[in-house]
Formats: sequence, structure tokens, C-alpha cells
Amino acid sequence: MSGDYRKMWESIGLDLEAHDRLLQALPPAYGEVYLTQENRPAMDYFDFVVNEIHGLRIQELQEHKARGGKVIGTFCVFVPEEIIRAAGGICIGLCSGIEIGSAQAEKVLPRSICPLIKSFMGFKLARVCPYFESCDMVVGETTCDGKKKAFEILNDYVPVHVLEVPQMKREKDRLLWRGEVGDFLAGVEEVTGNRVTAESLARSVREVNGKRRALARLAGLRKNSPAPISGKDSLLIEQIAMYDDVERFTLKVNQLCDELEKRVREGVGVHRPGAPRIIVTGTPMAIPNWKVPHIIEGSGAVIVAEELCTGLRYFENTVPEESESMEQSLGTIADRYMNINCACFTPNTGRMEKLVQLAEEYNADGIIHCSLSFCDPYMIEANRVEKMLKEKGIPMLKIETDYGQEDVGQLRTRIEAFLEMIG
Amino acid sequence: MLSAGIDIGSRTIALVVTDGKEIVQSAVVDTGFDPAKKAAEMAAGLTQAVPVTATGYGRHSAKNGFAGHVITEIKAHALGAGRLFPGAGTVLDIGGQDMKVILLDAKGNVEDFQMNDKCAAGTGKFLEVMAGALGYGSVEDFGRDSLTGAPGTRISSMCTVFAESEAVSLVHRGTDRRDIGRALHASVIERAFGLIQRVGCAAPLVFTGGAALNPCVVQLLRERIKGPVLIPGDPQLVGALGAALSGLENKNQQ
Repeated sequence: MSGDYRKMWESIGLDLEAHDRLLQALPPAYGEVYLTQENRPAMDYFDFVVNEIHGLRIQELQEHKARGGKVIGTFCVFVPEEIIRAAGGICIGLCSGIEIGSAQAEKVLPRSICPLIKSFMGFKLARVCPYFESCDMVVGETTCDGKKKAFEILNDYVPVHVLEVPQMKREKDRLLWRGEVGDFLAGVEEVTGNRVTAESLARSVREVNGKRRALARLAGLRKNSPAPISGKDSLLIEQIAMYDDVERFTLKVNQLCDELEKRVREGVGVHRPGAPRIIVTGTPMAIPNWKVPHIIEGSGAVIVAEELCTGLRYFENTVPEESESMEQSLGTIADRYMNINCACFTPNTGRMEKLVQLAEEYNADGIIHCSLSFCDPYMIEANRVEKMLKEKGIPMLKIETDYGQEDVGQLRTRIEAFLEMIG
Repeated sequence: MLSAGIDIGSRTIALVVTDGKEIVQSAVVDTGFDPAKKAAEMAAGLTQAVPVTATGYGRHSAKNGFAGHVITEIKAHALGAGRLFPGAGTVLDIGGQDMKVILLDAKGNVEDFQMNDKCAAGTGKFLEVMAGALGYGSVEDFGRDSLTGAPGTRISSMCTVFAESEAVSLVHRGTDRRDIGRALHASVIERAFGLIQRVGCAAPLVFTGGAALNPCVVQLLRERIKGPVLIPGDPQLVGALGAALSGLENKNQQ
């Protein structure tokens, strides 16, 4: 990081010693995973943002707060960012992608639990995340039992607004969800002290759509062979999307896409000719969790799409920008989020159909299903995915892992064997 | 034309030189504490200069040194087992620290595979630890003696540490150690059977790896799958043989 941020970290209540250890511990190191890649497009901006993850961006949030603005933290792609922005707030996706503060987290949580849940609790209890410490409110949801119950505990330490995400997609579920979106609007207005107007909502819908379109443009370029950008770099951009300034980020992604379009015209790619094209699907890969993509691409394949919350689920589908009333806007916003293919729904056939469609559109040679340990929804749904892909003759490898590094050798063998098998 | 394959496993390193028809040279040594060095010494000891293909968990360190190619142990075992037993349907390999099941198609290519996850439950290491816990001087003695154990005793834990304490408490209850031994071997087979079920077992099954030298494991496996189990003359060489054969394929392509 360029500046000296210790005073700022101290003022927002971080445990400086534990935070120093975190900054040193980010495994595997960013340099090793990212900066050793050959023939990268111009990623300077994104490298800079990661480098300043606990620095400049936090300073921006603090400046926003000093002006009376509020920061709202989220853990899930179901939280409507449009509403937070329309009330003058900044929406930050809290990462939870590294094992941290486990000892503290285990004081309040069972030991065998999803690493993402343990991570967010650890971050909060160990006071090492400057984003968490900047939040005026965090938003929880009911997308799995573990998160649902953990948010009750988290509420002891920071105010949590919980959204009830339905478990089915029937009309009555959609109605429930519309009600939840309305309640969320009221909750956000209360925290920020600002009224959301039809104008402010329309503006934020356009801004967030702009971000989604830029990410979709990037995703679309990866359909080309050779792929003009690696899966690791794409994942990084998708991770940064969750905490960076929306308009600046959108501009930078579009600038990158201009370069990638040029690459496509010139036939420039990031991998050797004939590298297997892989789609990853499953649970979110929150920053700095690059473990499996690093193994996949280090084994000679290229990832062409992420059917993940840190991926397509985050930016697919936009909210209609034409609206006659607040009521109508809230309805179309709610509908956009209800169309996310999360494994919290039963059934979740949209995800299976999507994967088959993606495999075709992206000309994929195989799909790697990657789930965090103890994630019942995705680990069980893997069976549905496997069944569908088998019917369609699409090879699939199923992986279950956590944030530890001790299974890297094992995973490497399995991924390499999968690539040999489909090669 | 000769080709060498080296399988750098967690417990042993195996080397095979083949001309594509016969094994002309082979060796198996303990991995020790410096596998890269040991493997390099074995490769350097080859009587003539032949291209080396490496497999096993130490394959990538060999690639940086003496090996021209690397393949995974999945592919290596498929190739090796397919050569020794043409028409093989499934390969079960129980090595020092992993267990894998490979389903082969009609041409002997890998169609699907399963591996145990990161812990060493149900592998050669598990049997080694249990042999020690029951006071056997060697895994060989442990396997031979357990063959005479009576069925009926059960070890429910798959975890090496928990299974060991289960075995110890059975000892304290006065259970015959041969019966405990049999139960421990049976737990390995249960784990293998679970993996076999996941890929689907196509007959005949080829059983490779150090555990295939253990008569109790072999007998319990035969009873469990109720089908033919084919065991190579030297089950520890199959991965290295496969690697050597893949080296010949590479040559033919060039």
C-alpha cells in the first residue's frame, strides 16, 4: 500500500497487531497467483485496487462517512445495491474469503461449519476487516441455515437487517420477496436518514446496470478462442466489483474490454493453443480465495466462465430502466433478484439449464463443480448438476474444499487427471 | 526403444523401464525424507540413457529435474493396469496416502475417477499406524495374522486417529487382536467400496498399490465386491509402468 493508514485503521477500531498478521498472511500470495501470469492485458487498475484493498478504498469510505454518508455491508448477491445507492449509501460486499479469527469465531459458532460463515464471524470478532468496521449496518439473508442462524449472533456485534429470501419461485414467493425488498428500502432509509425518490432510484438502477453490463461485456469476450483474459483475472475483477466505486469500476472494466476486443480481433490470447476450456460452478469464491482457479489454470487449462455468485450470478440480467412509479421500480428490482439461480431454491432447475447453455455458448470442454465444505445446498445440488451434465455428455469434476492450503496437492492431481481425461 | 517411468509416491518410489512389451528393469524403494533426491538417484542409476516420465505426488519436482514428461497417477494406473490386464474395467489403487478408483472405457481410457479427499483414512498409512497400535512388527505380519481373525468386530471410525483409539479400547476390553485387525482391514475395504460405488464398478477390477500385497485386504475385497479381482505380479509397479508406457506414446507422436 502506498500511504500510511495506521492512524485510520486505529481510529475505526481495528486490532492493529492482528491486522498486520492478516496482511502478511494472504495465501497464496497475490504476486505468485497473479503477477506471474503471461501475456496479461492491462490490469494495472485492478492490481492497484487489490493492493489498496485496506488502504485507499477505506479512506474513500471514511471520507464518505465524514460527509454523513452511510456504509452498508452485504454477504450475498440478493441484496439490491440499487436501493442502498438510491439512499445515498455505499454498498460493500464483505469478503469472507480467508481463514481468519477462527479461535474467536469458534467461541460463538460450531467448529464444523461453512468456512465462509466462520470467516465473516472471525473477521468481525477479531476486528481485522476495515470494511466491516466501517459498516453502519450489515445485511444478512436466509439463503442457508448456517448464515440465517449466524446472523442472529452477528447482530450482537453490528446491526443486521435480515432479508428473507424465499425457498421456491412460485407467485406467492415472489410476492413475499417484493415485500422484503420494500422492507429493505424502509430499513435503508432509516439507517441513512435519506428518503429514496423515484429519481434517485432510477439513477441508481442505471448505474448498477452499467456495472452489470460492463461485466457482461467482459464475460462475452471470453467466449472467443483464444480467450483474451485469464479466468483468474476475470474472477479478480468480479471480486473487486463488490467493493469498488461503481462508476469508476464500470469505466475501468469498459476500458479493459476495449483492449480485449482488440486482442480478439488480432487473435491474441492468454493461453497455449488448444488449452481445455473450463467453466467453474458452485459456491462463491470471495477475495482472496483464488485457490482452485490458480490450480486449474496452472495445470494448463483456461477458465472461460464462472457460474458463481462471484461471477455470472452477480451481473446476469439487468433491471428495466423505464419505470412509471417507485412501486413499479421496486417490483422490477425484486424480480431481477428472484431470477438468480441460487441453490437455496428448490428446485433450482434454472441453474442446470444455464450450465448446459453456458457450456455451449462458451464452447467449454468441461465443468468443475467447486463447493465449500459444509455447504449443504451446493454439495447436494451437485448431484442434480451431475445428472444433467451426464445426460448432455458434458464432463464434470466435483471438488469440495475450504480455505486451507493442505489439500492443494490432492486437488492438483484430481484437476490434472480431469484435464487429461477430457483432453 | 526403451522408456522409463518413475512413480514418486508418499511411501515408495517405483521405477520401471520397458520396451513396450516387457519390463526390462524395475525397482521399488522407500521414499525417505528427500524424495526428489532419491528419485533423481534412481533415474541416474539407469543402465542406459532413456527418456523418463514421472508420476505420483512428487511428479512435478521431477519435471524440474530429470523427467521429460509428467502424467497423473490416475492416467498412469489406467495405462499400466490396461497393459497388464487388457479389458480391465476398473482399477482400485490403494497407496501409501491415497486411494483411487478409476473407471476405464472399452479402449482402456479413463472414463471417470474418484480419489479420497485430503486425509489418509483407508490408505496404506492407516494400516501402518494400526499395525503399530496392535503391536505388529510389520504390516505384512499384521495382514497375515488378521486373515485369521473372526468377523463380528466393528471399527466405525474412518479417521486414522479415532480408529486407533477405537482399536486400543477394544484391546482393553480383551478382544482378540486378530479380530480387531480384521475389523480394521474391513474398514479400509468399506471406504474403497464407497469410492467404487461412486464411479460404478465395471468388471473385472484390477487391484494395485502396496495394499494389494496384503492378503487380508485382498480377501475382504473379493468378498465385498463379489466379483473377480485381478492382482498384478508386482502391484507397486503399475503406476511406474503406466508412466513408462505413456513415454513411448509420446515418442510415437513425435
